[in-house]
Amino acid sequence: MSNDANALKISDLRTSFFVEGNEIKAVDGVSLTIPKGKTVGIVGESGSGKSITSLSIMRLIKSPGQIKHGSIAMNGEDLLQKSEREMRKIRGNQISMIFQEPMTSLNPVYTIGEQISEVFQVHQGLSKKEGRAKAVEMLELVGIPSPKERVKQYPHELSGGMRQRVMIAIALACSPELLIADEPTTALDVTIQAQILELMKNLQQELGMSVVLITHDLGVVAETCDYVAVMYAGKIVEYADVYTLFNAPKHPYTVGLMQSLPRHDKDQEELNVIKGNVPKPDEMPAGCRFAPRCPFASEICINELPDLIETEDNNKVRCWIYSDKWDGNPEVNVADDYKTARSK
Amino acid sequence: MTTKLLEVNNLKQYFPIKGGVFGRTVNQVKAVDDITFHVNEGETLSIVGESGCGKSTTGRAVLRLDDPTSGEINFDGENLLQLNKRQMREKRKDLQIIFQDPYASINPRQTVRQVLEEAMAIQHVLPKSERLDKILELLDIVGLGPHQLDRFPHEFSGGQRQRVGIARALAVDPKFIICDESVSALDVSIQAQILNLLKQLQREYHLTYLFIAHDLGVVRHISDRVAVMYLGNIVEIGEKQEIFDNPKHPYTKSLLSAIPVPDPDRKQERIVLKGDVPSPIDPPSGCRFHTRCPFATEKCKNEVPKLRKTETMTGTHQAACHYIEDIESGRKQPNY
Repeated sequence: MSNDANALKISDLRTSFFVEGNEIKAVDGVSLTIPKGKTVGIVGESGSGKSITSLSIMRLIKSPGQIKHGSIAMNGEDLLQKSEREMRKIRGNQISMIFQEPMTSLNPVYTIGEQISEVFQVHQGLSKKEGRAKAVEMLELVGIPSPKERVKQYPHELSGGMRQRVMIAIALACSPELLIADEPTTALDVTIQAQILELMKNLQQELGMSVVLITHDLGVVAETCDYVAVMYAGKIVEYADVYTLFNAPKHPYTVGLMQSLPRHDKDQEELNVIKGNVPKPDEMPAGCRFAPRCPFASEICINELPDLIETEDNNKVRCWIYSDKWDGNPEVNVADDYKTARSK
Repeated sequence: MTTKLLEVNNLKQYFPIKGGVFGRTVNQVKAVDDITFHVNEGETLSIVGESGCGKSTTGRAVLRLDDPTSGEINFDGENLLQLNKRQMREKRKDLQIIFQDPYASINPRQTVRQVLEEAMAIQHVLPKSERLDKILELLDIVGLGPHQLDRFPHEFSGGQRQRVGIARALAVDPKFIICDESVSALDVSIQAQILNLLKQLQREYHLTYLFIAHDLGVVRHISDRVAVMYLGNIVEIGEKQEIFDNPKHPYTKSLLSAIPVPDPDRKQERIVLKGDVPSPIDPPSGCRFHTRCPFATEKCKNEVPKLRKTETMTGTHQAACHYIEDIESGRKQPNY
């Protein structure tokens, strides 16, 4: 099935944490496809389950967490059915991951050359010497100046941006089909972030891989992603191509998120904030998870959880407003009416 | 009429690096190196810049949390650097600070009531009998309920904890508040709530803010004027409209162009800077930005540019670059 158009297909993924006899549903029925060669962004605030989704793909969920249900199909095989041994071969080879804070992901007592070379030794059976030569090549690829000298350096000798470049070099060493980047630029300054985003974009085009980008920064999403999934309280609430998402957002949460974002490129009088807080995992609303904070919430929203509805433009939204069962104002337009509805 | 509430003149903050057998000072980190600015009463001045540019150090120096190496800090007509410890502690009634992580700056073993009461007791704000009313009023002002009075910091979410931090700063009726990355750790929806709260408090209580942040979206929203710092120097300062819509310094321009815009239809031209920020231990000679500047010349290596205003700049807008006019007219082209 190598001519499949999708690099990855997640179906009904459920990951829970079991704490003191309670089940906390961190990821609650997420379905998502990653088209080949494309970048899919997963956006959401803390606790929305975006990072747990990515860790589930890598099968890196540790006790008390557990993947309870679902399938993650890659090249026609279900990653969730693989043994730990098989998974170890897939990680790094077919799927790689880069994390937010490179200093905690790099080993401080080995040189960066040794750490990049290790990938080649483990996954491709190269010798130490060959690995070292490859490491220099990789450093060059990710734009680190004088790579021959740099391979001998330790992580603490590098700046934050350089470390993230090293992480990318390690992740891309075996030309994976899929790269999962979890907040890769969040810890970096904007000018360095710009460098890293550009590097990732160029490498993606060169290597033709698919990328899952997890971030809370809508600016980064607009700039790098082809498709976007917005997550809230463990569920995807909206899925759209990046243009539709920003030009015509549908879900009240997405709209609220965009209107509460302070912009550096234009003036705003007041931010249209979303009232309240993200629900605590043990106090999940019975109906729509966003209902208690939603300015449009009506009877049905409080009582029943909406499905992810497919809209005319092939995008998806989890909101009653777009269904036949909507019992509120039939004329409502979420994006235009958000401000007035909110101030009521 | 605008009066200058805070005036900082030629502020320097060097931190010694000790080394050798005798712990002698072998070198210095020049975190803030000769900066001058003022904040008018009732306005918000933001200091922006990347990590290590000295923006937080500046805030701490104003409060004398670290004693500056040299310079002058005039607050309300009084030079803070000439006060002794006791006088300074009294003065802090007027100058408060809200930190980035309220969890790290609030005693985890005190309830909200204790936190706020302690602040008032130290500054003798009110007689003991009237403090509870004031505490309840403060909670209401920052959007917390009376039922949260006896809760501990860990029982609050990040946004609520920041509200407690704000309430504590307001407890002593300050004139001036330094917000050091006060909204950086918060999610977008919560960040917006806190920003709106800060703005509303400023209007109601005529507060003056020194707002330290790295997020330029936040800065545009909250500021009246903005100062851009790079490696311990102010490279550009002025009204926010000028800084954002008419930036003159090549660093400000590249900083603004580096921010991703949440609008996929607008692919802006980006000036990607080469390399990293140099070390403040041994900063570059001349203009400190010359190692990364696409316009740099021999002159930039040797001569320190001063803040100045040209004909195309309005208000209090000033930038420290030798080539403002030449870059504008196109006479100087960048070489990438």
